[in-house]
Amino acid sequence: MLDVKNLSMRFGGLLAVDQVSLDVQEHEIVSIIGPNGAGKTTVFNCISGFYKPSGGKILFEGKEVQGKPDYKISRLGMVRTFQHVRLFNKMTVVENLLVAQHRHLNTNLLSGLIKTPNYRSREQKSLDRAAYWLERVGLLDLANRDAGNLAYGQQRRLEIARCMVTEPKLLMLDEPAAGLNPAETKDLNQLIVSLKEDYNVSVLLIEHDMSLVMDISDRITVINQGRPLAAGTPDEVRQNDDVIKAYLGEA
Amino acid sequence: MAAHNFKHALFCAVVTMVIAFPILGLNLVARGTRVGLEGADASTIISVFVAAAIVFFFQLYRDTIMGNLGKLPALNPLAGREPMPQAKRVKLESWALTGIIVLALFWPFFVSRGSVDLATLVLIYVMLALGLNVVVGLAGLLDLGYVAFYAVGAYTFALLSQYMGISFWMALPIGALLAALFGLVLGFPVLRLRGDYLAIVTLGFGEIIRILLNNWTSITGGPNGIGGIPEPTLFGMEFGRRVKEEGNTSFHETFGIAYSGEHKVIFLYLIALVLAVITALVIRRLMRMPVGRAWEALREDEIAARSLGLSRTAVKLSAFTIGAFFAGFAGTVFASKQGFISPESFVFLESAIILAIVVLGGMGSQIGVILAAIAVTILPELAREFADYRMLVFGAAMVLMMVWRPQGLMPMRRIHIELKRQE
Repeated sequence: MLDVKNLSMRFGGLLAVDQVSLDVQEHEIVSIIGPNGAGKTTVFNCISGFYKPSGGKILFEGKEVQGKPDYKISRLGMVRTFQHVRLFNKMTVVENLLVAQHRHLNTNLLSGLIKTPNYRSREQKSLDRAAYWLERVGLLDLANRDAGNLAYGQQRRLEIARCMVTEPKLLMLDEPAAGLNPAETKDLNQLIVSLKEDYNVSVLLIEHDMSLVMDISDRITVINQGRPLAAGTPDEVRQNDDVIKAYLGEA
Repeated sequence: MAAHNFKHALFCAVVTMVIAFPILGLNLVARGTRVGLEGADASTIISVFVAAAIVFFFQLYRDTIMGNLGKLPALNPLAGREPMPQAKRVKLESWALTGIIVLALFWPFFVSRGSVDLATLVLIYVMLALGLNVVVGLAGLLDLGYVAFYAVGAYTFALLSQYMGISFWMALPIGALLAALFGLVLGFPVLRLRGDYLAIVTLGFGEIIRILLNNWTSITGGPNGIGGIPEPTLFGMEFGRRVKEEGNTSFHETFGIAYSGEHKVIFLYLIALVLAVITALVIRRLMRMPVGRAWEALREDEIAARSLGLSRTAVKLSAFTIGAFFAGFAGTVFASKQGFISPESFVFLESAIILAIVVLGGMGSQIGVILAAIAVTILPELAREFADYRMLVFGAAMVLMMVWRPQGLMPMRRIHIELKRQE
C-alpha cells in the first residue's frame, strides 16, 4: 500500500534521513522507532508532503507521491497527526471534525447559500459521521466545547477522530501516546487496534512507549541517526543486537 | 512602596516635563518677518507642573491603584448569570434583529436629512467592516490595504458612468466583481505570507492603488477626482428636480408629489440598508458553511488544516476575494452617495479605521462589528466640538478597550450544533 524506497532528506549540510526504506501493507500496523533526533518525524513529514524529499521514492497504492503538495496527499487517503497536538483551538470539538470533512461537503458556494436539499443531506451526513466518531472516542458530551479547553488526553483522541472522519486508508500517528498516563495509553492501544480491525485502516506509528509499540505493531522499523538500523517483527527487533545497543540499552 | 518605584516615578515625572515643556511651554511668535520664541503664560506652565506631579504620584502608587482597580465591580453585571438556553436565545435574537431592521426601514421618514445621510455612511462602514471581518477576523489575514478594494468599487462606478454612461444598478455588480478580481490578484503574491509580512504587502497594495488613481490623470482626473456621478434610479425614475437622462422620468412627477431633496437621501439610505443586510446575511451563511470553517481552520492552525486536505491557496484566495467583493459593494454606494470621489477618500487612515472597527467589535463577531461600525462612525459626529481631540480620544478608547476587553465589544460566539447520538 505504502512503499518508501531509499528516502533521503537533506537540510543544507545535514543529512537528516539517509536511504530509509519501509513499507506498509493493507491491514497492518507498522511502527517507526528510534532515539530522539533519529529522523522519524522527518520521514513522516516527507511522506505526508510537508517536506519535499531530496531523494528516493514514495509510492502510495502504486503511484508516486513524493513532492506532491501536502493537501493532495491527504486527499489520497493518507492522513497524519502531529507530535504536538494541533487542533483548531478556538473552534468547537464538532467543528474540528466538520472542517476535516470539507471534501465530502465540497459543493459550490451557491448551493450552500440557498441550502439546496442535496447540500442539506450532505451536511447531515457529515454531522452524523462526526457524531459517530465523537461517540467512538468518548467526546460526544463535549461536542460544543472549544477544542482548546479539552484535557490533553481528550485532545489526543480528538485529533485521531479528526483524521478518521476523513475516511483515510492509511493513518499516520506521530507519538500519539506522548503525555498520556498509563490508563490513557491503554485506551489508545485498544483504539488503534480497533481502527485496524474494525475500520480496515493501516497505521504507521511513531512511538517511544515501548510497551505500546511491542503490543500492537505487526512490524517495526528502527531508525538511528537518519539511517535504517533494523526492520522486522517485534520479536526480531527485540533480539537484534544493533537495536539493543543503539536504543534499548546494553544491559 | 519600594525604592525602585520612587526612582521610576521620579524618572517618569522628569520625562513628562522634558516632553511637555518645550511643546506647551514655549511658543513661536511672528515678529514682523522674523520668528521669535516666547514663554507661555503662567497657567500653561503651572499645568505642565501639575501634569508632572500627577504622573509622579500615579507611578509612585501605581501598584496600589492598579490593585484597587482590579477590585472594582465588573463592567458587566450579568457576567455571572447562567446563559439562556440555545434555542430560546436564537429565537429572541432573530426577533430582535427583525425588529431592528423593520425599525431601520421606517426610521428615515421621521428624522432630519443630516441624520439619514450619516446613517447611510454608517451602513457603508458596516458593509466594509463585515467584509474585512472575513479577511481579518475569520481567516486571520491581517490586511492593511483593504481600502484599495473600496476604491476599486467606487472608481469603477465613477469611470463607467463617466465614459460609458452606465447606471448605478449596472455598476453595482460590476464594481463588486472587479473589486473581487483585485482581491484575487492581490491574493496570489501574498499566499505564502503571514502576519507582519502580509500586513506590509497589503499596506503597499493599498498605497499603489491610491497613488495610481492620483497620478493617472488622463483617466481618473488625478487629485481633482471625478464628479457628476449619477444617483441610483428606481425603475427608471430619477430623484433630481429635473430629469437628466433621456427616457427617465422623475420620481416626484410620477407619484404626483412635491419635489423634496429628502427623497434621494432616503432612497440611498434604503439601498445601503438592503445591501448591508444582504452582506450580513450572506457572510453569516458563509460562516456556517464549509468554506467559513476552512477560513477559521486556517487561522487557527495552517499546518493542521493542510494535513487535512485543505488547500491553502483556495482558502486564502476565497477569503480575500469575498472580502474584496463586499468592499466593492460599499465603494459603489459611496460613490453614488457623494456624487464626487477623489483619491483623498481612500487614504490609509480609512483602512486603519475599518480595521479598528473589526478589532473593537470583536474579531469574527458580526453583531460586534456592526455595533463598532455604528459607534466609530457616529461618535466623532456627535463630538464635533472636540474635533481637534478626535484622534486622541479614538486612541485612548482603543487602548482602554485592549486593556479591559481585548476580545472586543461582543466576542464571537461559537455556533452550537446539536448532534444525534449514533447507534
